[in-house]
Amino acid sequence: MTENIKVNVHHVTRVEGHGNIVVDVRNGTLEQCELQIVESPRFFEAMLRGRPYDQASHITSRICGICAIGHATASLRATERALQVQLSEQTVLLRKLAFHGEMLDSHVLHVYMLVAPDFLGVGSVIPLAASHPEVVKRALRMKKFSGDLCQALVGRHTHPIAMTVGGFTHFPKVQELIELRQRAADLIADVDATVELFGTLPWPTFERETEYVALVQPDEYGFIDGMIGSTDGYTLPIAEYRKVTNERLNSHSTAKHTAFNRESYMVGSLARFNLKHQQLLPRAQAAAEHLGLKAPCYRPFMNSAAQVVEIVQCFDDTIRLLDLLIERGIQWETPAPVTLSPGARGAGSCDVPRGILFHEYQIGETGLIEEANCIIPTGQNLGNVDRDMRALVPTLLNEPQDQIRLKMEMLVRAYDPCISCSTHFLNVSFVGE
Amino acid sequence: MPAKPKIAFFDFTSCEGCQLTIVDLLQTHLGLLDLVEVVQWREAKTEKGEDYAIAFIEGSCSRASDEARLKQIRERAQVVVALGACAHLGGVNTMKNRWVMENVQTYVYGKDGQNAYETYPARPLSAVIKVDAVIPGCPIDRHEFLRIVQQMLQGRTPKLPDYPLCVECKLSENSCLNKHGKPCLGPITRAGCDAICPTYGDGCEGCRGWATEANFVHMREILRGHGLSDYEIDMKLTMFNHYQMHELGAKAPLTTSTTENVPLPTSKFSAPQED
Repeated sequence: MTENIKVNVHHVTRVEGHGNIVVDVRNGTLEQCELQIVESPRFFEAMLRGRPYDQASHITSRICGICAIGHATASLRATERALQVQLSEQTVLLRKLAFHGEMLDSHVLHVYMLVAPDFLGVGSVIPLAASHPEVVKRALRMKKFSGDLCQALVGRHTHPIAMTVGGFTHFPKVQELIELRQRAADLIADVDATVELFGTLPWPTFERETEYVALVQPDEYGFIDGMIGSTDGYTLPIAEYRKVTNERLNSHSTAKHTAFNRESYMVGSLARFNLKHQQLLPRAQAAAEHLGLKAPCYRPFMNSAAQVVEIVQCFDDTIRLLDLLIERGIQWETPAPVTLSPGARGAGSCDVPRGILFHEYQIGETGLIEEANCIIPTGQNLGNVDRDMRALVPTLLNEPQDQIRLKMEMLVRAYDPCISCSTHFLNVSFVGE
Repeated sequence: MPAKPKIAFFDFTSCEGCQLTIVDLLQTHLGLLDLVEVVQWREAKTEKGEDYAIAFIEGSCSRASDEARLKQIRERAQVVVALGACAHLGGVNTMKNRWVMENVQTYVYGKDGQNAYETYPARPLSAVIKVDAVIPGCPIDRHEFLRIVQQMLQGRTPKLPDYPLCVECKLSENSCLNKHGKPCLGPITRAGCDAICPTYGDGCEGCRGWATEANFVHMREILRGHGLSDYEIDMKLTMFNHYQMHELGAKAPLTTSTTENVPLPTSKFSAPQED
């Protein structure tokens, strides 16, 4: 048994944003173990004050290059709720499709380029291009498809252009959708090969029961709107999100973790899978089975496996939506009208690749934003990551320091943290808690 | 520069979307990796090398403590390239500069969080170190990135268009948004993105910085014609370019002051509640 261990990972690589891992074991006792967030804070909520409401989705998409469509969607839904906007059926369908494009792009990037190198024993995707060219090319083909899907709908994935309050400023031609549909058919083999590949990886078996939170919908495995659901058996309307995220400080200094029914909860693909696995499309259900994913799953490393399941889910649902839109045809619609009134408030939510995201705005009668709040998934996961780390370290004490460091990094990466999104981090350190 | 220059990517205050755009470029141009040696790219790889000729830096500088790291990169690199609007202009990060920092810190983190999160008015890289080349945009345009990297590998000095976006909009055969009642900053914004926002039906927001000899007086007139108030026009001109406007001081083509000396926010809507 190793008595003293010191792991200090300065700037964890292959994650979005800057974080450090610190583990300190002295005389066999875990003294310190934390994921420190060292990204510079950006103050998006403060800067939204005084901005015209129609700038909000374009400003907040800049919170994150990976979840740009997600932030834009949550922002639009908050604004639309505040300004009593009724969306057309076509707008809802097109937004779902653009969202799938982002989900596919983000998950493919994460599982292939950020997670797979750990299992294949290399430091990045760059040597993989030489040693496993077919794997890298497959990932790039899938990414290109999702990027082109976003481009057809909203101009680009980072940062979407054509999404606006009440609808869209640009519409794809039906012919573009038909071409995407054909390309999707050609990619089915790549999606299957993805499930095959990730089915062969030795996922670490570490397990810790916790609460999982995601958006739930009555009729689909959806990502936009719905109710806030928890595996502890609660559902709440989006407007009451503060009861879940529960961002509270004690009257003096010591920061507390966000918590709903327990001391921490997890959001993201594994949370969605645990809450909604019965609503997965048939091929996604089969993929889960192949990957050994069974709800309830309490293994945080399996979040990446759940992302693979969601790749299948979003891919098949993309085909369904494309078929539907091709059949309906595309109408050129002007954005739905807004109603301005004093102090109008609205909360919007969607389940972005890394988990449930909330935006809330107060908009004055002249259309200027008066107050803003954004709560991002990584912030909600931090308390849970820390608790996983503290449970994992004692099981690793007999392993060489390099292995401990690698496992800790892999754990953090499994959560797919998106640290640039840190508009709002509270729980930075908990030494001596 | 050697046949296969060593390059490194760094990020400061940003969304990392420009680096992701480069990852996207690799989907169609994987061969780029044969022309350079990537020695450091935290977002994509674990190994780190400190010997590099070209440093691509994304993000603005928004903390005094980041200046030392920036200066170190400057010392090590032969060429420093500002990647995207945050590095080039300060970008969206500079919208917070309207307030004293105590105000934005308290608004987001509450009065206890105020001292826990270091920040100062956000600024472009050029306010801290010498920058040799710029790839503008929020995010960068992948084709422009490719073009500029090609020019650099050939030993040429990259040049950006100095004419306004309207030129490209005409070439794309878009009809003018300003003529259709949609506010667009194309007439004063530097071209190079192929007028992507107007092409997708949305007015230009100026993320590439201003074209040379931009006519702000006439631009304001056009925007007033759309029914925008002077304040709303100011908000348009400062979404990506707050820093540039602020630097102009009294000469800035704005009607309102670029700074508000409000020490503390009046509401705690987003800050954590006290027990």
